[in-house]
Amino acid sequence: VSGPAQPFPEAARAALADEQLRRNLSHVTHTIRAKRLAAVSELPDWEALREAGRAIKAETMRHLDRHLSTLEQAVTAAGGVVHWARDGAEANRIVGDLIAAHDTTEVVKAKSLTTEEIGLNEALAERSIHAWETDLAQLIVQLSDDTPSHILVPAIHRNRTQIRDVFRDKLPGAPADLSDDPHALADAARAHLRELFLRARVGISGANFAIAETGTIAVVESEGNARMCTTLPQVLITVMGIEKVIPAWRDLEVYLQLLPRSSTAERMNPYTSLWTGVDPADGPPEFHLVLLDNGRTTALADEVGRQALHCIRCSACLNVCPVYERTGGHAYGSTYPGPIGAILTPLLTGLREGPTLPYASTLCGACYEVCPVKIDIPRVLVHLRGRVVREGAHPEPGERLAMGALARLFAHPRAYEAAQRIGARVTAPLRRRGRLITRLPGPLRGWTAGRDLPSPQPSFRDWWNRERG
Amino acid sequence: MRVALFVTCLGDTMFPDTARATVALLQRLGVEVDFPREQTCCGQMHVNTGYGHEAVPLVRRFVETFAGAELIVAPSASCVATVREEYPRLAAATGDPALSRAVAEIVPRTCELTELLVDRLGLTDVGAEFPHAVTYHPTCHSLRTLRLGDRPLRLLGAVRGLQLRELPRADECCGFGGTFAVKNADTSLAIAADKVQAILDSGAEYCVAVDSSCLMHIGGALHRRGLRPRPIHLAEVLAHTAAGAPA
Repeated sequence: VSGPAQPFPEAARAALADEQLRRNLSHVTHTIRAKRLAAVSELPDWEALREAGRAIKAETMRHLDRHLSTLEQAVTAAGGVVHWARDGAEANRIVGDLIAAHDTTEVVKAKSLTTEEIGLNEALAERSIHAWETDLAQLIVQLSDDTPSHILVPAIHRNRTQIRDVFRDKLPGAPADLSDDPHALADAARAHLRELFLRARVGISGANFAIAETGTIAVVESEGNARMCTTLPQVLITVMGIEKVIPAWRDLEVYLQLLPRSSTAERMNPYTSLWTGVDPADGPPEFHLVLLDNGRTTALADEVGRQALHCIRCSACLNVCPVYERTGGHAYGSTYPGPIGAILTPLLTGLREGPTLPYASTLCGACYEVCPVKIDIPRVLVHLRGRVVREGAHPEPGERLAMGALARLFAHPRAYEAAQRIGARVTAPLRRRGRLITRLPGPLRGWTAGRDLPSPQPSFRDWWNRERG
Repeated sequence: MRVALFVTCLGDTMFPDTARATVALLQRLGVEVDFPREQTCCGQMHVNTGYGHEAVPLVRRFVETFAGAELIVAPSASCVATVREEYPRLAAATGDPALSRAVAEIVPRTCELTELLVDRLGLTDVGAEFPHAVTYHPTCHSLRTLRLGDRPLRLLGAVRGLQLRELPRADECCGFGGTFAVKNADTSLAIAADKVQAILDSGAEYCVAVDSSCLMHIGGALHRRGLRPRPIHLAEVLAHTAAGAPA
């Protein structure tokens, strides 16, 4: 995983200036927020489900080695081949070699954040292999030479006119007079994709869950295109992060209730595909499972942060986040945007790669409230901020000095009282004129960029001591 | 009943009117108020910015200063949330079992103003009068950490002459976030702009909340735009009677 190229505050500034983007995001996030609330309110045992979702993941992480080795045995016994990849480069090489061995130069891909994380498409392109994205939104992003900005809705930042233009220019076989009617857009995409599904010999997918006891992979989706990718080609390669394993079939029941309601606000997603190894009567006769670490065991070593690995990629936290709603996903500079990205990315890459991400939150707690597996994102954010400071990942000597000085002041009540009196005296002329502070220096200038500040007053304690002391 | 007031550093230094209103309100309700002078700051800003280690002496100071108090009350949801949520973790991280015990002992005795009024005193009508149109912004810590629920609204509902106006999208953050407001000033201001618009849409003259810090942020954005709605702490509304604001 690579960290963001730009510090979050700078990347956010560019996004905030895009009025159209902010209108799109506000509309979409509020719509899905309300729908999610309605969908989860239907279930009287929602809180019990969340707790079960959390507990299963926590138990799985405690014995991850055992569950992974059970998974490997089960997949192998069912006729699949398991590959282990330490990092993205290794995974990309394994996938590239498998494709090359089948003497083909194109593959169809189901939407997969994990392959996005490791830059699989780019790595394959270097070997002259073209990976066709088949998820509609992901296809739009790919044709636009863009990157996804939302976990669930990768093209959330594009409206249908922009999509029509991209299809007309880049989509093979798209009619020259294509309209921006959603049905016409879907028809054009379908014609292109059906042709691909029947032609491609290799398919690539991610995995939402992998059941250790049976070696079964589960993919949930809305369009049916992932099912085409995982059933029509001769060879199927699934790339999954090692944290996606769950111990048993019965655990899937919990997540298949939690995920669609949190993600698309549906009681059930339209397509759930499950396959176990290979079956001579059905599906691809060759199946490979690539198990990817890429920073996950490092994240696992962080006792507070490891809960980020529980994420089931529903994106509910993005949709309720006041920061994401204004900046969109690109500002996070990573495959994983929003509150979960602000903790997951630095945990996977190391804090030096994304030291501003844990600060990209007001700690409002809305993400924690909606998380279907109860990841305490605000707590992890605060924990990671502590690590940024302790490990010097984002050196801000001025801040360190100021925080130290303030802490010492608060440790000495008499000095604190003296400082209060000085503050009140210095700002007395402002108060006499009924004015607020309109310009602050240095790192505090951000406050007065769009806000005034009341000045320090003669303190409460001086009043108390005078009146009551 | 006797309570020790934890005024908070922000209330002490920047919003003494809110602190005095808290004292006046409690005294009117027959509560005796102490103010232990050795108190300073809970350490919230340090903890939330990543300087938890620097906040440990402030945890010690808090538990020592308030050790003898029966009940500690603060007119700040976020400072109470810091004591309740962060102090046990900070104490545990020191590996000092005595500090952990002291924290475990003091947390149940520390409450936010509306918790004191509604839960401990069993009151919703505190005899206040405030003849104005107000809207209530539930701050994030009051809503999602302390889970104050409708306590503040029940208190406001019993204030004579007060017209309560609904705040659109009330449960959304105002964008303050402590040092977030300066580290990510542009995003903070973009969030504030929407909160300001919601307050204008409510038609209220006053925006009420239980955290002076959020009010400082919202009020600062209103003031910069020259807009009329004023920020006001719930304690000041509740302290206000037919005779006006307390002296």
